[in-house]
Amino acid sequence: MARAAKIVERVTALMDKPDRIRNIGIVAHIDHGKTTLSDNLLAGAGMISEELAGKQLFMDSDEEEQARGITIDASNVSMVHDYEGGSYLINMIDTPGHVDFGGDVTRAMRAVDGAVVVVDAVEGPMPQTETVLRQALKEQVKPVLFINKVDRLINELKVDEMEMQIRLGKVIDKVNKLIRGMNEDLYNQGWRLDPKNGSVAFGSALYKWAVSVPFMKKSGVSFKEVFQKCREGDMKWLAKSSPLYAVILDMVVKHLPNPIEAQKRRIGVIWKGDKETPEGKAMMNCDPNGPITFMITDISFDPHAGEVATGRLFSGSLKRGMELFVMGTAGKVNRLQQVGIFMGSERVEVEQIPAGNIAAVTGLRDAIVGSTVTNLKEMTPFESLKHYSEPVMTVAVEAKNMADLPKLVEVLRQVGKEDPTVKVTINEETGEHLISGMGELHLEIITHRIKRDKHVEIVTSPPIVVYRETVSGSAGPVEGKSPNRHNRFYFEISPLEPAIVDLIRGDRISMNMMELERRNILIAAGMEKEEAKGVRDMFGTNLFIDMTKGIQYLSETMELILEGFHEAMEGGPLADEPVMNVKVKLVDVKLHEDAIHRGPAQVIPAVRAAIKGGMLLAGATLLEPIQKIQINIPAEQMGNATSQIQGRRGQILDIASEGDSIVVVGKAPVAELFGFAGDLRSATEGRAMWSTEFAGFELIPSSLAKEVILAIRKRKGLKHEMPRPDDYLER
Amino acid sequence: MLTFIGLGLYDWNDISVKGLEEVRKADLVLMEIYTSRLMGSSPLQIGERFGREILLLSREEIEEHPEWFLSRAVRETVVLLSAGDPMVSTTHADLRLRAASRGIETRIIHGASISSAVCGLTGLQNYRFGKSCSIPFPAPRWSPNTPMETILQNLSRDLHTLVYMDIQGKRCMTVREGLEQIGRMSEAMEAPVPELFVGVARAGSDRPVVRAGSLQDLVAFDFGPPLHALVVPASLHPIEREYLEVFAGL
Repeated sequence: MARAAKIVERVTALMDKPDRIRNIGIVAHIDHGKTTLSDNLLAGAGMISEELAGKQLFMDSDEEEQARGITIDASNVSMVHDYEGGSYLINMIDTPGHVDFGGDVTRAMRAVDGAVVVVDAVEGPMPQTETVLRQALKEQVKPVLFINKVDRLINELKVDEMEMQIRLGKVIDKVNKLIRGMNEDLYNQGWRLDPKNGSVAFGSALYKWAVSVPFMKKSGVSFKEVFQKCREGDMKWLAKSSPLYAVILDMVVKHLPNPIEAQKRRIGVIWKGDKETPEGKAMMNCDPNGPITFMITDISFDPHAGEVATGRLFSGSLKRGMELFVMGTAGKVNRLQQVGIFMGSERVEVEQIPAGNIAAVTGLRDAIVGSTVTNLKEMTPFESLKHYSEPVMTVAVEAKNMADLPKLVEVLRQVGKEDPTVKVTINEETGEHLISGMGELHLEIITHRIKRDKHVEIVTSPPIVVYRETVSGSAGPVEGKSPNRHNRFYFEISPLEPAIVDLIRGDRISMNMMELERRNILIAAGMEKEEAKGVRDMFGTNLFIDMTKGIQYLSETMELILEGFHEAMEGGPLADEPVMNVKVKLVDVKLHEDAIHRGPAQVIPAVRAAIKGGMLLAGATLLEPIQKIQINIPAEQMGNATSQIQGRRGQILDIASEGDSIVVVGKAPVAELFGFAGDLRSATEGRAMWSTEFAGFELIPSSLAKEVILAIRKRKGLKHEMPRPDDYLER
Repeated sequence: MLTFIGLGLYDWNDISVKGLEEVRKADLVLMEIYTSRLMGSSPLQIGERFGREILLLSREEIEEHPEWFLSRAVRETVVLLSAGDPMVSTTHADLRLRAASRGIETRIIHGASISSAVCGLTGLQNYRFGKSCSIPFPAPRWSPNTPMETILQNLSRDLHTLVYMDIQGKRCMTVREGLEQIGRMSEAMEAPVPELFVGVARAGSDRPVVRAGSLQDLVAFDFGPPLHALVVPASLHPIEREYLEVFAGL
């Protein structure tokens, strides 16, 4: 306990020295050793005993995590590291590696400035290495590389010293190729990983040792010793002479940016407001005396303190009792109750937290993950957290006992608040609620937690695939009439140009940025000037454009029109599935003179019906989610693996041999992948190692479309026939 | 035949003799109570007094599913009852057009409307009224400023404004709630609050209440049960002023 208190003291002493702070995340493909590394870093910093590290999985505070041996939620810890005569505060977030929990990685990357990418020396970069790296680079988070499990290379694969160096070099080349492919500018500006300057380290997290070129000069331990000692089985010596935590944390301090440096570069990417405003300047300079700008990246529930909001403080200083506003809510005051930092599963209260740190606070009632919190009445919010993966699977949940019904609704609302990659649809009328998530495992964990933590007995349906709707052609103007028929809306519907979809996906445009700036980016991507000027809203990858001019009362009706647009995009005309890549242009409007006759009940249904009917006229089509599959398998089993992909409407994209095994890369629709794990295991006698990654949506084969659409409509209780434009549009 | 019949202002007694005869002769009697309603008689009482069974229709039933009663109106006589005058402050014009497009004969039997009743109750001359407007109950992401814009436009041309109060089911906006909305709108638009208002309650009843005063005066004044209406007067002609002094406590 005394030791913990002392650490808190050292941590708080460094919090207001931003040049001494490093906010980092640890990211990796599943099983590459991320949590083992995190625990070792903590042990090195004196947070847990060295004996326990590697066994305790300190960062995995959830029983579920420990039982499954994987990390599900990102958790945080602050520690102190001494480097070249100075002390440094390291705020670290451990993130999940399984692709089903990708949303947590996205959130963690917003909070940090640097990332330690862990890669298995034997397996090399895997699909999720690519995913997490992409998430990091998108958030302008700088990577360093730790190549783990080097001992396996030596002891299991029995490579010689030369071969070892060649193999390690190949891993570095592959990671560099990924970085370069994702952002060539940053790659050329010094983000290339280079063992010579020490931005790459090698070692074994399990046996607690690592080496890097700069550390070799300090310790005298080189690859020769590494090879020898591993062969001799004396890794204890390596752990003493060249300890993992020292090598990694040295690398972090030397190569990853401090908040002052990082915020100058990152703010322009994650915040599209005017940089000349007081808040803009304060964030660029990481000013602890400026206005408060705090972005929430995690919400958890503490049985004693209630809701705990964790996030990155970009400017200002947080103190207890402070009155803050959550942007996008009704402007009610939220008063900070506790201000603290996380030490693993423990939260420690401190007096105040200045800019550049990761803070955990209570009292922000209105905040959700992704909220912008400030002491200003108004500020441009941070860019929303875009998830590289999107929900592709849904389960229906019902309370087992009628008495639990109200409680279940409450619990589901909480679940939606805690994990932004989960989409919860509550239907109080039927009592059948829907939870959409990233995959089978993700949903299994969530429903399990509802039973275990929230003590609600539930019945779940088998998982259902989530499809998307889009259009293949153009239509319009189509007319939408309000129920009283005194208000008319005219729309043109067409596919959104791929270049514009890319801008939205890449977070290059935002409704928060200045109109002129956005217009110029859109025009540069090939959009006509008149359209670019009229962009009013983005919903997913759908765009709403107002082409009208000078229509009286339109401005106060616009919010309702956009509401109708959102409703149409949330559930398209074919099967009430989410819509993507559609451009909706409002070309004319006729409104009733009196406000009461053009209220929500008139405008929203008119707009919704016109857009949906228009989509049917524009050739609405159904898209299905696709997963990329990578299988590592002994050569003689290859046929059994490829047939597992091909038999599921899949496609083999690449087959490569790596040493004595074969890497098969393919893709298949999510709808065909139920039970894939079991089937692959039995087809290959359990010798396949495999992983999947979300690979976007593709057109469903036309021979299947009607059957799938009708099946969804039946399940949702919609009319059991193919929808026609007349269902939505009145003649 | 589809006949639109106005019920007048307050209770079952306010229908015209002509209207009542048509109701008694009709094959089907419909009534809507979403654009306005009679506060002095319940639909049941009205039915009893008229000696007819009356079918109440919601907004959705009239606007979105009129086919069944329109098809009956092809051969039979259908009447639709509305409080006030059938085509004032309603959207039934569309229904008459739909009926006409099916070759159904239509006609209107008028009733007294608040739009003329305010002239008598407040003494403000009907020649001097500009556009009228309604104040809706604000909804999430929707609180239009149109009513205030209309009031200001009228004032700039020295015209009075009749302001209708929203009705949503059983919830009827009061003068106080309407004035609060006017306060909110003038704040949002950074426009001055008009100096004088006249509130009217239960027009057509034995004891209508009419009161003139500033926004603060009328917010503090208890107008009693609904329905309420509000007038924003422009400059006052001497007769108008005297009338308000005598009959509205100015």
